[in-house]
This record gives sequence, C-alpha cells and structure tokens, in this order.
Amino acid sequence: MDIKTKALKKSLWVFHLSVGSCNNCDIEILDCLTPKFDIERFGMVLVGSPRHADVLLVTGIVTKKNVERVKILYQQTAKPCFVVAIGTCACSGNMFRFGYNMGGPLKNIIPVDVFIPGCPPTPAAMLAGITKLLNKVKE
Amino acid sequence: MNLLNIILLFIGWSVFLVVAGLFVLGIERKIAARLQWRVGPPIWQNFTDVIKLSGKEILIPEKANKLVFIIAPFAAFLSALVSGVIIILSLLYGKIMPGDLILLIYLLTVPSLCLFLGASASGNILASVGASREIKLVLAYELPFIAAMILVIFKSGFSTSLYNIIKIQKETGINFLSVAGFLGFFIAFLGIIGKLGIVPFDIAEAETEIAGGVLVEYSGMLLGFYKMTRAILFIVLPVLLMVCFLGGFNGWVGLLKYIVIFVLLVLIKNTNPRVRIDQALRFYWGFTTIIIFISFLFLRV
Repeated sequence: MDIKTKALKKSLWVFHLSVGSCNNCDIEILDCLTPKFDIERFGMVLVGSPRHADVLLVTGIVTKKNVERVKILYQQTAKPCFVVAIGTCACSGNMFRFGYNMGGPLKNIIPVDVFIPGCPPTPAAMLAGITKLLNKVKE
Repeated sequence: MNLLNIILLFIGWSVFLVVAGLFVLGIERKIAARLQWRVGPPIWQNFTDVIKLSGKEILIPEKANKLVFIIAPFAAFLSALVSGVIIILSLLYGKIMPGDLILLIYLLTVPSLCLFLGASASGNILASVGASREIKLVLAYELPFIAAMILVIFKSGFSTSLYNIIKIQKETGINFLSVAGFLGFFIAFLGIIGKLGIVPFDIAEAETEIAGGVLVEYSGMLLGFYKMTRAILFIVLPVLLMVCFLGGFNGWVGLLKYIVIFVLLVLIKNTNPRVRIDQALRFYWGFTTIIIFISFLFLRV
C-alpha cells in the first residue's frame, strides 16, 4: 500500500447527498459530527462540493427524477471515490420499493461500496460501516 | 551569493514555510476541536490531507477557461512563498531591500486575486458568487490594512525596508508601546483576519451557504495548492505584524509573540459567527478606518 492510499484512509472527505429521503438519515449523519461521536478525529470532514469529496453518502430512495442527477454527481466526484448507502431506503428501497416514483435501487445506478441498513441507522452503526469501508480501502 | 545558492535558499525556506504552516493549521484544528469538547484530528492531519489530494484526480469543468483555472492556484502559492522568503531574508539574513514592505503589500494581495480569477474562470454559479464576495472583501480590508502599514512607515522615519523598520524599533522602543502603534496593531490585526479568510470573514468560501464558494470547482492537487497557500499565509501574516509593530522575530520571545497572535486569531475564529458581506464592508470602512485615521493624530505622541 503506497503513501497516497494510506493518506486517503486517514482523511476521507464526505459529501452528503440526499436523493429523496425523509431527512431522518440526514439528521443522524449530522449527529456523527457532534462531540459525542466526533468523526473528525478520523480526519473525516463534511464538505460542500462533490469535487472535494472522497465519499458520497447517499440517503433515501432514488426517485425517477433523481436518477440522472445521481449519475452526474458520481461523475463529478474526483476519483478515487467511494459510495456509501445509508439507511434501508438507499440499500433496498424499504417500503417504497414498489412505489410509482421509485427509480430503482441505488446499487443498480452507481457502484456502491458499503451498505448501512437501519431506519435510521444510529451514528454508532455508521461508524461501524465506515470502519468496513476503511478495511475495503486496504484491499 | 551565486545563483545556485539563491535557488537552494528559496527551495529550503519554501519547504520550511509549507511544513510549518501545515503544522500550525493542524494545531489550529486541534484547538478548535478542544474548544467544542471534541477530541479533534491529529496535529499532522493537514499533511495527510495534502498527500491525499496529490493522489486524487484533477477535474476541469467543461465551461472553464482552462489556462486561468489551472494557473491561478500556482500563482497564489508562489506569491505566498515569495512573500514568506522576503520576510525571512530581512529577518534572519539582515538583507536591506528598500521598498520591500510595499512589495509585500502587493504580493499578499495576489492570493486573493488569484482566488477571484480562478473562481471566475471556473464557470460555476456558486463560484461566481464567491468570487464577487472575495473581491468585495479585498476592497474592504485593504484600506485599513494599507493605512496601518503607512502608519508604520511614518513611525520609522519614511523607511520602507523591513530591516530598517526593525532597527529603528530597537533604538526607540517597539511601535506597539506608543498610542498610534497600539491602535495600528489592532487595526492591522483585523486586516489579517480578513486576509486569512477565517471565520468572521470567510464569506467568500462559506461552506454551508455557497458550498465552498471560490473553491467549489477545484479538486485534487489544485485544491491542495490553495490549502498550502492558506497555510503559508498563516505564518507570513502574523510575522509581518510582528515585524511592523512588535519589533521583529527574535528567538524565544519572538515565538511567544507569534503564539499570542495565533491564539488571538483562533479564539476570534471560534467565538464568532460569519458576517454578511455588507456587514464586513461596513465594519472595515466604518469603525476600523475611523480608528486608523484617529491614530494618525497621535503619531508624535
């Protein structure tokens, strides 16, 4: 593993992308920044632009209108980048999977690296998921 | 001193400036975290960030003017480096360069202008909002900052060389202890908050409202160069303040002076909300400018 990959593991910048969620997962993501969980001690920062991001946190079912936008955002992110599906909606579609505006599960649209189920997943679950992602970066 | 020596000197001090700046920024992040009762990132976090950014892909937007978009970060980085090396030359090597204070005032404006140019060239709407704010902020803080520098020039008998400014302060007592110098120090201090673009005046890259503003389209190492520019300015601007008002950077006392200015900057950063651009303009052109012009009345006191 070269030094750049090592550095990537220690400084994941996170872009938070909500594509039709009920905002519950989004609030739980913000909880990860609070003093109790404090993901900045692993070097993770919430950034405002996909150009700066290393990780896309996707929440919510992908609605039909948002399919194109998710693809564009994935292309706009500087590679190497990872995609994390947060919440049962992003993982499988939850109870909306037969809905009239369901654009398909996220994994059919862009490659997903880690799934974190839960409605919403607790911040501790998200940290566990991020640890899995870090192990994946090692490979 | 032949050409090779000069080049080696420049490269050596450049590496020192970048490393020291990134280290100082790391301490700043750690203090900010501790003030919020968090653990915070390790002190070497910013090195990790820059190394990581060097391995990332560089994306150039379709609508961008590619030449300006790519050159702007390099120009900002180089001008910050040159200003740092000029200060170090007159501090440590005793070089007398007439007019280098004026040269520094120009060079330290270049990073902001490059941010403005790069953002305008990127063709992004949020970046253009950021660019407009950046150039307004430059207009706002330059007036009191340059006035404070002119105050220093008056105090040191119309000498514009950093070496002479330090020498005169050694003979007649540091500027900070006179009324005009005391006021001038605080005004110049407010000026460098704007120049550094830290929190009360980080309107140009407000992450939460315009998503990084001027930096929104930058990725990979181009973003890394802006990070390093910011890191170098975190060393250069407080040292410039020390040279002009506190009698230079001399040994452990100098380090103590730097730490005092640095702690003041961090405390202001962590206890203030972001202001609007009109509030920033009113602050710099109203209160601050009035104080600096009043302090000109006390020049001979």
